[in-house]
Amino acid sequence: MFLGPGLVFITLFVAVPVLLVVSYTVFLRGRFGGVDYIFTLDNFLRAWEPTYRKVLVESVGIAAAATAIALAIGYPAAYAIAQAPGRWRNVLLVAVVIPFWTNFLIRIYAWVILLSNQGVVNDVLVGSGILNERLTLLYTKGAVVAGLVYVYLPLMIMPIYASVARLDVELREASANLGANKVTTFLRVTLPLSLPGVIAGSIFVFVPSLGNFVVPELLGGGKTVMVGNLVRDQFLKARDWPFGATLALIMIVLLFGLFALQSIVSRRFATEVS
Amino acid sequence: MAIPGSSRIALLGAASLLAAAALAACGSAGGSSAGGSSAGGSSAGGGTTAPSQGPSGSSATDLSQQSIVIDNWAGYMPEDIAAQFKAKTGASATVSEHATNEEVMAKLTAGGAVGIDVAFVSGQYAQALNDAGLLEPITSEKVPNIKNLFPAATKLAYDPGNTFSVPYTWGNTGICYRSDLVDAAPTSWMDILRPNPQYDGKITMLSTERWLALPAQKALGFSVNAVDDGQLSQIKNLLIDAKKHLLGYDDTIFYEKLISGDAVMAEAWDGWCGYGIAENPDIKFTIPKEGTDLWVDTMVVLKGSKNKDAAFAFVNMMLDPEIHAWVTNNVYYNIPNEAAQKFVDPTLKEKFPALNVGADDLTKGEGLVDIGPDAVKYTKLTTDVTSS
Repeated sequence: MFLGPGLVFITLFVAVPVLLVVSYTVFLRGRFGGVDYIFTLDNFLRAWEPTYRKVLVESVGIAAAATAIALAIGYPAAYAIAQAPGRWRNVLLVAVVIPFWTNFLIRIYAWVILLSNQGVVNDVLVGSGILNERLTLLYTKGAVVAGLVYVYLPLMIMPIYASVARLDVELREASANLGANKVTTFLRVTLPLSLPGVIAGSIFVFVPSLGNFVVPELLGGGKTVMVGNLVRDQFLKARDWPFGATLALIMIVLLFGLFALQSIVSRRFATEVS
Repeated sequence: MAIPGSSRIALLGAASLLAAAALAACGSAGGSSAGGSSAGGSSAGGGTTAPSQGPSGSSATDLSQQSIVIDNWAGYMPEDIAAQFKAKTGASATVSEHATNEEVMAKLTAGGAVGIDVAFVSGQYAQALNDAGLLEPITSEKVPNIKNLFPAATKLAYDPGNTFSVPYTWGNTGICYRSDLVDAAPTSWMDILRPNPQYDGKITMLSTERWLALPAQKALGFSVNAVDDGQLSQIKNLLIDAKKHLLGYDDTIFYEKLISGDAVMAEAWDGWCGYGIAENPDIKFTIPKEGTDLWVDTMVVLKGSKNKDAAFAFVNMMLDPEIHAWVTNNVYYNIPNEAAQKFVDPTLKEKFPALNVGADDLTKGEGLVDIGPDAVKYTKLTTDVTSS
């Protein structure tokens, strides 16, 4: 009974749109956008063409790289915040989130200014004599990965912080008392206990990275295409909603798989510990 | 007991951040992919237009009870246009804006074009709208100022005789380059497709599909409206080959890269090259010898309009020489209005050579037309090239 309003909301604004997208996948493209309701399975065959498979594989690669780097930066950061004295924690957490207060596009354009050939990074490197020649940083895959890491890093830090912060200090003390050194304690106590946070953070970074199309366009110079660009282009440029919907559906299925994996891992881990 | 108590709040926070980020990514779609020939970063609303006197358009009908909605690119007409319209005709107008042709097409085709009376779209899109039966025919009785247009502006490929659209601005696509940073001025599309090695990584091309293909289409001697699979595959191969010499694909800020020197040559719309020239006089614009396109932005009146008299009166007013000249004076685009030329600031013509190109030379460019279902081929080609 209490589920009533929530359920209505979810049905209306989540289930209906998703079902619409799913239904588009089996129809033909309307000439001016929209769909002609004639049944076809062509969209799925097209999605399997090498062009699109290649984009999918490359997107997964880029998103995975961004996730790995975000984890490498995010874990120590989250750990450090969790170890900070109580009143500093909130300040540091807010500091992590502050960039979100600025418009997304502006922050990405800032990276254009940083990375361009005549940009800040090159000016500093060449000006200080570290390098003789200017590096090509902007409009590379590296720039895309850097942009994604920058944009989604807070989504990694938050859940890891959440799981590290609740760790009982006594567990680590017990580990030390039983003769484990700091490395062993970290690897065998802290890390496994914070694994749910790591997995949640990784998914939070991986999923939107895969779907992002602004960063590849602005920092990749349009030379890198990700699934997000592909879906966007089908809807806005080719006016091919059914094919766009098909690509979106493939993404949804893929991500559902990821979430299923996450819940299995978390559950197994939970039973092991308790 | 996966994630209990207080940490759930942090997770929740992260989840809402995720949603915010996703929204931000969506919201910026329009801005980042300025397709077509939208009037970007120009000095919007110069506000120098004096209300021109004399009778025009609205003859007998009383328009004071009529109101219309106009959909245009931002900064593409004077900011006080609604006030001017009210003063001239008595009718009221509301202006809404779009960033790309694709965006306005979505507005006009989904949900039966609710509420929009006059729309600004590029020629090939006007053609598609007309094919879909969404446009009201244009006649010289309804829009008497159509007589102000150059004769060449009545023979446009997407709508010969201006039967459903009125041209508002037009131009060519060419090469925008830094004359001080290249040894010789580019003369051919091959100069950017297969550049001299010293310019490697210092070239940009447009990313909107039809224009992404344009240099290769012309270099190979094909039509800008080519849909033949054999030709498209040659175009694709040449473009894939050209990609490794590029700095990137850029529709929006290529002129800034020319100014900074990050790029030395850029495929560019003539008007946008002007934004670079305005900052650095060493930037020049040229049309390659293989030829180019002719793009046209037009005004159309929607069949679904409830106040067509006011809608036509608006289109007619925009063709008023003094009002139409505002576009060139503020956005640096050529206009197809012969009578308006004497109101164009002569110092601008000196500064921006592209504004001196006459109507007859401009229309040597091949008109872009709607290619219907074959548009999908260009999306595929673009994906093939940019993901290569």
